[in-house]
Amino acid sequence: MSLLEEDTGRKQIAQRRRMDFILHILFVICTSIGVLALMALMVDIIMDGIMRFAPDLFTNYPSRRASQAGMKSAIVGSLYMLLIMAPLSFILGVGAAIFLEEYAKKNRLTRLIQLNISTLAGVPSIVYGILGLTLFVRGLALERSLLSGALTMTLLVLPIIIVSAQEAIRAVPKARRDASFALGATKWQTVSRSVMPSALPGVLTGVILALSRAIGETAPLVMIGGLTYVAFLPESILDSFTVMPIQIYNWISRPNEAFHELAAAGIIVLLIMLLLMNFAAILLRNKYQKNV
Amino acid sequence: MLKGKGLQSILMLFMVMTLVFVAACGNGEKNTANDKNSGAGGNVSSGTNEEVAANLSGEIKVDGSSTVFPLTEAAAEEFGKENKDVRVSVGTSGTGGGFKQFCAGEIAISNASRHIKDEEAAKCKEAGIEFTELSVAYDGLSIVIHKDNDFIDHLTVEELNKIFSSESTAKTWADIRAGWPAEEIKMFSPGADSGTYDYFNEAILDKKGIRNDSAISFSEDDNTLVQGVAGNKFGIGYFGFAYYEENADKLKVVPVDGGSGAIEPTLDSIKDGSYAPLSRPLFIYVSKKELDRAEVKGFVKYYIENIGDMAKEVGYVPMPDEKYTEEAAKIEA
Repeated sequence: MSLLEEDTGRKQIAQRRRMDFILHILFVICTSIGVLALMALMVDIIMDGIMRFAPDLFTNYPSRRASQAGMKSAIVGSLYMLLIMAPLSFILGVGAAIFLEEYAKKNRLTRLIQLNISTLAGVPSIVYGILGLTLFVRGLALERSLLSGALTMTLLVLPIIIVSAQEAIRAVPKARRDASFALGATKWQTVSRSVMPSALPGVLTGVILALSRAIGETAPLVMIGGLTYVAFLPESILDSFTVMPIQIYNWISRPNEAFHELAAAGIIVLLIMLLLMNFAAILLRNKYQKNV
Repeated sequence: MLKGKGLQSILMLFMVMTLVFVAACGNGEKNTANDKNSGAGGNVSSGTNEEVAANLSGEIKVDGSSTVFPLTEAAAEEFGKENKDVRVSVGTSGTGGGFKQFCAGEIAISNASRHIKDEEAAKCKEAGIEFTELSVAYDGLSIVIHKDNDFIDHLTVEELNKIFSSESTAKTWADIRAGWPAEEIKMFSPGADSGTYDYFNEAILDKKGIRNDSAISFSEDDNTLVQGVAGNKFGIGYFGFAYYEENADKLKVVPVDGGSGAIEPTLDSIKDGSYAPLSRPLFIYVSKKELDRAEVKGFVKYYIENIGDMAKEVGYVPMPDEKYTEEAAKIEA
């Protein structure tokens, strides 16, 4: 009897070990498919584009001749847009998150707002383009300008920033707040000096990742009129503009092979920019995690 | 303690963000500085062409067809070299999208790969926008098949209609012409928003619309269509001549019989109009009010006078010289 039990026990253990091993392999495969796809993409893009990855790409305006074409106006357009967007979306997004987490009463209205924000985070970007077109381009008569583009993109990333900032704020232990209140601090003092400093790494990571999503977006900007051929740099926030993804899309849809190589080079620039932003997010996170 | 640290953190955060922006800004300005030397800046006058440019300045907004885009881009690029203070921007919202903006008075010039539609013209009239239509070049819609397809030597307009029409029930090539293999037809067409589709619909399908079933794939990206046809032995598709020309090694072009014999699209047959009915003119529409601005008039004039030389470079077919003279006269009228 006991021998039999021991035997089934051993069998079960062997079976569980085998199961564990199979799942282990399965998860490794899952990971490597993603990584391999990314590697394949990178190798393919770099092979296509490295020849065109030259100073001309940064200093020349678009041209009908691939040999002279660059994406200066697109790079500068993307950077300017980021410049307008970042402070706006940071202030609005983190402000909303602080309100929802710290000030708002946990009632039905708050839950409704919360649900709306989560839904908005999943709305396709082209919808924001339509919204931007009616609201900013036509409604506020900002025309097809850098400002309209930046405001539209701000709307697009806001829900993502709010949700991630909320997560970060929620992760701050309640004891910190209690301690602050116990010392007689007001709500704002507690939030600004106790909660936010410790939530900051998470908030910043969220903001930067949301911004890096925004610089890769094309659809909403095409909708509100980001242009394709712009041979000048925007001089004011009400000027016409173009951004990198639009320029890349235009190049890739041309018949001539040389433009496809240019597009690949443009993608390399975009990837480098994304990498730098993600790198900045990691740096910031590490720095603040040490401080707090 | 706590107070100091909190404030410090927030200050730090803003400092870091500002730094990131300043760095970003610095990049842009450095580029500008570099470019001033090469003289390609939008508002820098290098002095060499000053006497040619009658000191025109201002902004000209152009939008519309992505088919016409390369032409307008070429004109804007060359015009910009001589008139550095004129800022021409060109968008690619599609012919329909372009007219929408044009009739709302948002842009000066609309690129179009077809004539303006009656309802669009009505909208323009409502808004009090008078316009001039100028043809700038020809394009030959090219019917293409797989490189190894050896049974199709030419197609008539009726056969094309039979293949693509929404009323067609043809499934295999044998349904099109007796003797052809009973293999399924795979069709590739530009999407319904493009002027290319509109033109094909009008010229071949009597405006009955293209079929929409599992045998046909639509794409707004002509390179996708090229790949589609190049990868399907029994595939057929159509797009602008430039895309065929660049991919002539992967595709075979089909001569089209419009009633007077099968004609293959070439620079000559498109130019003299014998490649009928699929050779089409490309247009720009200029608002008459905007033409009163010296820079717009200057740009449009330059466009008409010089586009003939540039058209071939971007894959289109220049019109005969007398046609350009005719169009130039319209600007003055």
